[in-house]
Amino acid sequence: MEELMQTLKGQIVEQLNLQHIKPEDIGDDQPLFIEGLGLDSIDALELIVLLQQKYGIKLANPSEGPTVFKTVRSIAEYITAHKAA
Amino acid sequence: MQSYITRYVQVNGAAIHVDGGLYYRGEASGAEFLAEAYKGIGLDYPKFYKMDPLSRLAVLATEMLLKGRKITQEYKPEDVAVIVTSAHSSLDTDLRYQQSVATAPSPSLFVYTLPNVMIGEVCIRQGIKGENTCFVSADFDPEFQAGYVNGLLVEGRAEVCISGRADYLRGGMNAFFMLVEKNPASLGEYNTQTIKQLYDRQWKN
Repeated sequence: MEELMQTLKGQIVEQLNLQHIKPEDIGDDQPLFIEGLGLDSIDALELIVLLQQKYGIKLANPSEGPTVFKTVRSIAEYITAHKAA
Repeated sequence: MQSYITRYVQVNGAAIHVDGGLYYRGEASGAEFLAEAYKGIGLDYPKFYKMDPLSRLAVLATEMLLKGRKITQEYKPEDVAVIVTSAHSSLDTDLRYQQSVATAPSPSLFVYTLPNVMIGEVCIRQGIKGENTCFVSADFDPEFQAGYVNGLLVEGRAEVCISGRADYLRGGMNAFFMLVEKNPASLGEYNTQTIKQLYDRQWKN
């Protein structure tokens, strides 16, 4: 899980063009949207693309988005659960 | 009523000139120049990194154009217009979006596949709420620019206007922005002849 979260942080920075942020500056449990990293709705779509491209996972239910993309840890947990499935 | 150019900025992919004088010269070229210039002029606006190159170019040029001014305090935000022309419009991003479609369409590229978006980014950054539009034309047309912008000012649809041209394609770029006001303490009258002179001068820098 730890390794996956570190990988995810790098991928998020790259996919979302967060050139002003270092991957290591993103906390495992830091909120990604609004008050946390400040991501917006377009970033949410990019995260869906990231899941598809890098992990072959399609977000089956879009209403799950806010829960899945809440933090790096929640994304990693979702990937772990769905890759194993 | 006469309008006047109170400041003008040129960004040519190697340097930024303000009122004809060199303000910043970079070492990188193409899109990297824009990222380098962002740091070089001390801009602190993380959203800049998410923008496409055309929007970055317009935001940089406007930042220099309004440096030291508080334009939306000096004027009502609704009275600040932005009128820009472009030869290639959003073609650079259109092409990159088209490439992304082959694998996974990129939402963040898609939102920049309209030239008006660069004006939107400028307005968001500066808090501008006035009339704005982007015209696409192969060549820069000072007569059209002067006529359209002066019309806005004469009709009272704006009190001040950011007027100019921004173009970006495959690393090649050019931005020429003028601040047009009714204030006579200026660099020259905002008319076809002066615009043409200033626009042509940039190629000699």
